[in-house]
Amino acid sequence: MPLIQPHLSVTAAGIVGISAPKPRVALSDLRDTVARLERHRVSAGRKALPFGIPDLDAALPGGGLAMGALHEVAGTGADIQHGAAAAMFAAGIFARIEGKVLWVLEQHDLFAPGLAAAGLHPDRVIYAQADRYDVLMVMEDGLRHRGLAGVAAELSGRISLTASRRLQLAAEATGVTALLLRRPGPSSRGGEAEIAGANAAMTRWRIAAQPSAAPIPEVPDVPGLGRANWRLDLLRNRGGQTGSWMVEACDASGCLDMVASLANRPPTKIQRRHAAA
Amino acid sequence: MAVAHAMAMIPGLHVLPADPAGDAGALERLARWCQRITPLAAPDAPDGLWLDVAGCAHLWGGEPPLLDHLLARFAQDGIAARAAIADTPGAAHAAARHGSDRIVPPGTQADAIALFPVAALRLPVDMVATLRRLGFEQIDALARIPRALLARRFGPIPGRRLDQAIGRIPEPLQPLAHETPLQHRIAFLEPLLTADALAIATACLLDPVCAAMERAHLGARRVDLLFERVDGAILATRIGTARGNRDPRHLARLLDAHLETVDPGLGIDAMSLIVPLADELLWQQDDAGSSVDVSALVDRLANRLGADRVYRATPVESDVPERAVRRIPALTGASATTWFNGDAPTRLFTPPRPIEALAGLPDHAPAAFTWRHRRHHIRRADGPERIYGEWWRRDAEMTAIRDYYRVEDQDGSRFLLFRQGDGVDHRTGGLSWFLQGIF
Repeated sequence: MPLIQPHLSVTAAGIVGISAPKPRVALSDLRDTVARLERHRVSAGRKALPFGIPDLDAALPGGGLAMGALHEVAGTGADIQHGAAAAMFAAGIFARIEGKVLWVLEQHDLFAPGLAAAGLHPDRVIYAQADRYDVLMVMEDGLRHRGLAGVAAELSGRISLTASRRLQLAAEATGVTALLLRRPGPSSRGGEAEIAGANAAMTRWRIAAQPSAAPIPEVPDVPGLGRANWRLDLLRNRGGQTGSWMVEACDASGCLDMVASLANRPPTKIQRRHAAA
Repeated sequence: MAVAHAMAMIPGLHVLPADPAGDAGALERLARWCQRITPLAAPDAPDGLWLDVAGCAHLWGGEPPLLDHLLARFAQDGIAARAAIADTPGAAHAAARHGSDRIVPPGTQADAIALFPVAALRLPVDMVATLRRLGFEQIDALARIPRALLARRFGPIPGRRLDQAIGRIPEPLQPLAHETPLQHRIAFLEPLLTADALAIATACLLDPVCAAMERAHLGARRVDLLFERVDGAILATRIGTARGNRDPRHLARLLDAHLETVDPGLGIDAMSLIVPLADELLWQQDDAGSSVDVSALVDRLANRLGADRVYRATPVESDVPERAVRRIPALTGASATTWFNGDAPTRLFTPPRPIEALAGLPDHAPAAFTWRHRRHHIRRADGPERIYGEWWRRDAEMTAIRDYYRVEDQDGSRFLLFRQGDGVDHRTGGLSWFLQGIF
């Protein structure tokens, strides 16, 4: 039974005919209104960086990762303490944007050739080593400098909603992409709970390493390491869908790929549909 | 004498091309350095300096200590020098080069220079040669000749030089002009107390100074801001920039960050802004529109965090991972060396963390390892890659060997492990295992 149907209404003043608008048109008007209210400006031409994986890009508004916005990335499972895969994911994203990158960190355990292997040439990266309380301030300074490709900040501990909102507004104003790499604080145990609080990031990613396939698929007994596999969880996605994807890690140009063994299957993905928050 | 002749006489002679312009510039810089001894310093081309030290010697405790200090400072910088003090520049020039007494007592310069060779009078070279041919070897011989005869034969120069050296006619120095740094000062009708007021005053100070820098094509490298308090104390803050900058908004932003550290006490009466160090800057890149100029951002971060905490990474030619990267200043140009190709971990532990591992010798990858009380079972591995110690750095590394393995455990996490030693020769290492990086 259709939801809205044209009907005739008889009142004392006469016969009035009302024809309801088509449902599809009303829904898109509603979407635009909501987008304007939430300041997404997705239709206003903000650029998006596609990942190159159709499933993943379809779930993100604009067909890719929104540039000029704040995104949160963290490791999960075994990677939560060090966030090595998260750093490589961030490097792969910046490798595909032109310009210099500011990387804010508390202690320098990042290895530059590792970022270079993901396609982020180290000549483009300026490191800033800051105390725990200054990391967000330095990140905001970087976001206010128009012309940077992006700012990555490694934050240990909590971030308040106000602080993340400030970073999101700064990123929107200048078009600099902000990636917040979360790690648990030094005094926490386990750590998932500490980085799970609410914040104003456009997307929240969790990356877990997965067992990889044999380097030569035809001869699985030959020892060696092929490309690493990751499970990408999109926990929060403003204006889009959440989900999980199994992908191969960044190659030398920073691009992700679908896991080869799953690539030839029909598109069924492990997905949990949550209401877009 | 030709260069070939000289090289034939002295085998192994080191010959450098002459650089008269460079030498003159260096002499002028040295004279400017000597302005700390006396404000009247002038270069005495090609290889000397004149300093007018009348009234300055008491600051050093007398003329001999002044000379000692000057020569010691020059020797510290590798400049071999001789010095002398006399009443006239001509006599001082002669005494420094040909005399043995460093200080010519006042009024006695005529006797002091009498036995010096005629070349000490700063005469042209051919005139000196002619004088020596005619038998005039020392200055007193020249002084005894009637002036009219001397002038008829050689012109006015020898007579003038003689009179200048003895002191009959004056010879003023042409001292180098002082470079006063750009500065501006404003005094307030009422003492200022709040940081906002100080920020407004800073902006008022920056406008004329930046305009002066624009006219002189300079960019500030260091800016000092002085606050004169009501109680007479003077406070100062200083900011630095990585490249010369004369944009008043950028400098105001850098200075405002320091205003909170100033304690105004009962109020600030006056403020001055001084630019002690400035570089030549022909055109200033606009901060708002530029897409690649990060020097403004680097300045802000360096002033907030410290200059050594903002940096870039550049490769070092070394196979040992912990030595493969070094820090360079953030605004250095692109590095020409190529980067390490291949897989490298994203996180590197310095120093490497010791682990316990189980592996078959000599070159099997570990089957399992224990780190932080967690056991990792290895499912896939790559290696070994043998890295030899860098014997040119430390003797202890002469026989050291590390066998590197890239391993993946049961969850898919990847690690970079190494074992010290090759398992065959015990001198190459003790077979301990370490975890160096996480992919």
